[in-house]
Amino acid sequence: MTNKKVKVATVSLAGCFGCHMSFLDLDERLVELVEHVEFDRSPLTDIEHCSADCDIGLIEGGVCNSENVHVLREFRKNCKILVAVGACAINGGLPAMRNHISLEDCLNEAYVHGIGVENPQIPNDVELPLLLDKVHPIHEVVKIDYFLPGCPPSADVFWKFLTDLLAGREPSLNYELVHFD
Amino acid sequence: MQNFIRNLAQENDFQATRLLKILRAVQAKYLHIPKQAIEQLALMLNVPRTQIQNVVAFYSFFHFEPRGKYDILISSSITDLMVGQEELINYFAEKLGVKIGEVRADGVVSLANTSCSGMCDQSLAGLVNGYAITKLTKPRIDEIVENVNKQLPLENWSQNLFDVQDNILKPDLLLNQKTTQGEAINTTFARGLMQTLDEVEKSGLRGRGGAGYTTAWKWKFCHEEQADQRYIVCNADEGEPGTFKDRVILNSYADSVFEGMTVAAAIIGATQGFIYLRGEYLHLHEKLEAILQARRDANLLGKNILQHGFDFDIEICLGAGAYICGEESALIESLEGKAGIPRNRPPYPVVSGYLNKPTSVNNVETFLAAANIAIHGGEWFANFGTAKSKGTKILSISGDCAKPGIYEYPFGVTAQTILNDCGASDVLGVQVGGPSGTFISNDEFERKIAFEDLATGGSFIIFNNSRNILDIVHNFSHFFAHESCGFCTPCRVGTSLLKKQVDKIVEGHGSAGDIVALEELCQIIKNYSHCGLGQTAANPVLTTLERYPEIYQKMLKKISYEPGFDLDKSLEIARRMANRDDAHAHLAQVED
Repeated sequence: MTNKKVKVATVSLAGCFGCHMSFLDLDERLVELVEHVEFDRSPLTDIEHCSADCDIGLIEGGVCNSENVHVLREFRKNCKILVAVGACAINGGLPAMRNHISLEDCLNEAYVHGIGVENPQIPNDVELPLLLDKVHPIHEVVKIDYFLPGCPPSADVFWKFLTDLLAGREPSLNYELVHFD
Repeated sequence: MQNFIRNLAQENDFQATRLLKILRAVQAKYLHIPKQAIEQLALMLNVPRTQIQNVVAFYSFFHFEPRGKYDILISSSITDLMVGQEELINYFAEKLGVKIGEVRADGVVSLANTSCSGMCDQSLAGLVNGYAITKLTKPRIDEIVENVNKQLPLENWSQNLFDVQDNILKPDLLLNQKTTQGEAINTTFARGLMQTLDEVEKSGLRGRGGAGYTTAWKWKFCHEEQADQRYIVCNADEGEPGTFKDRVILNSYADSVFEGMTVAAAIIGATQGFIYLRGEYLHLHEKLEAILQARRDANLLGKNILQHGFDFDIEICLGAGAYICGEESALIESLEGKAGIPRNRPPYPVVSGYLNKPTSVNNVETFLAAANIAIHGGEWFANFGTAKSKGTKILSISGDCAKPGIYEYPFGVTAQTILNDCGASDVLGVQVGGPSGTFISNDEFERKIAFEDLATGGSFIIFNNSRNILDIVHNFSHFFAHESCGFCTPCRVGTSLLKKQVDKIVEGHGSAGDIVALEELCQIIKNYSHCGLGQTAANPVLTTLERYPEIYQKMLKKISYEPGFDLDKSLEIARRMANRDDAHAHLAQVED
């Protein structure tokens, strides 16, 4: 492991932050990790944008709206290695369950016809990102280098993956780390 | 409805194995399979309701929602596309006033695409209420539209619309034989059953469906297996796009096929046989039933056949639109009234097949050959062909040639000879063995039709230089995604991903890494799939990528990655509903 700290950025797109929580399950290993790693843009640091020289980008969640696309592109532009973390980033996951229903029906149910909706209207502020008609896995929008499966991937998966990369090895997850039954 | 279902179940002895037959009748009467019918059948046949739902969902010709009174399906095989399928089906839809895939508001007519209907030498083809219609042109479509709008009963339509030609253009060893009824059976018993099996082995006959397993061995293993009942099944589920020779054999040589089945049954010790006829060949059903009845009347089927002390009969089972049922273990599942999902092998069907009894499943053409071998002996047959591929092969020739149709050649014939005979010129390449086979380029026309070189179930589709390789690959990858049975993940998910990836490249969204991703995907599907469908589903991509990498490369426009779907368009619904058109309400396809 080199002296210069590796820059890691993380984000949650259409996800539940569960993968981030699982990342924090590294517990005391976080202490060792920060000796080699510096966190850039991340909900953990509250840094708003990626520095231009990030090494690793960890993306949780799929792509469900226009903002997700912009954020994902920022990560791709600034991170040498981009990683899809967890089921939603890899397959769309739970948010993608809406893909079987038209976006029109989804919006109408949530904002117009749903039970208990007051002052029904579709939100239209320009500040709000628009929803894509389907939720997509992130590799359908930008090139992704690695995929960490799991819902969420366990802390051991993060540990193995990051320590492999830090040691300059091709990351490899053995069977125990990726089987879920 | 209750009485109809009860009578139907009764006619079929309340046997769950007859489920397909029962559901075909329900679909024909009610234009769909009503929930109530499923509930009632579950009770009467003593099977779970979900199993019946599964069958309805599995087969293309069964529907949960009503189809039109006239349900029209148009074949969307590559040979149909070559005669302008897209334009013609759009014309059809417009004239009928119905959207493709939907039912017209008045419920009179529905129109949809279907997989290859086995009429590739008389495209554009389709089905009306299951019956084949051929050579569709605008005037013929106009005629059909008029019939439909007048609600003319099908039997009053001009018979010309249902005309199906044999087009036997080059008969050889088998197609030239004029056999008399009972000849093969009598010769077999005169020679002795095991002696006849020896003749079949001597003939070197291998399965004509494409896989090429030695027929005599199949029969021998089936015969040797301890059992109280064995079955003979004729696989007439000819679904490989571009293949139609079994249709012709059954239309004009059915007696020989039945005779071959009877001989096989005598050898292995079966008393019951089945013909699994693909649903698309409904037009042959009545004729085949009549031939079977005539054979029963002549004591060629039934009890104590021709006084040889041997009982055997044949039942026809119609499929319901599922390519995978051509795979023998899926076919057996379907015969048992279930969804056609291939079984784990071993045990092979010769050990545990229909109702877990030893079962020999052979192709239509195999039985035709076997009947003739029973008469003329093994040597007669083995004199033709190559070292490892004896006898002749009946080919279905279609695509860009002057004379599409049925051609029979001794094995070892070169692609060039075939192309000369059928009048093909300016040829780009040939798809041998259908989408699951191999695409050969015009550098390879000296290659031979034989198991040791180009194995084929009979499909031979010719493309001239005006055709685009990627259109062909596009059509085939959609075909496999549609026909995957859904049992195993590598095939179910893989064929859909393959379709998406091919679409991405064909539609011009491909970038540098996409061909590599395509190739990786192909290898996963090929190496990890459960059965032959998945294992061959990537062949159209793999065989063309190997021969024409430059055609694929040319489609890649950008270095940087581009999404395979239109990003800005996918915001359209949200834009419309939020009534926005500001700069933030749009996305660029590629980052600047």
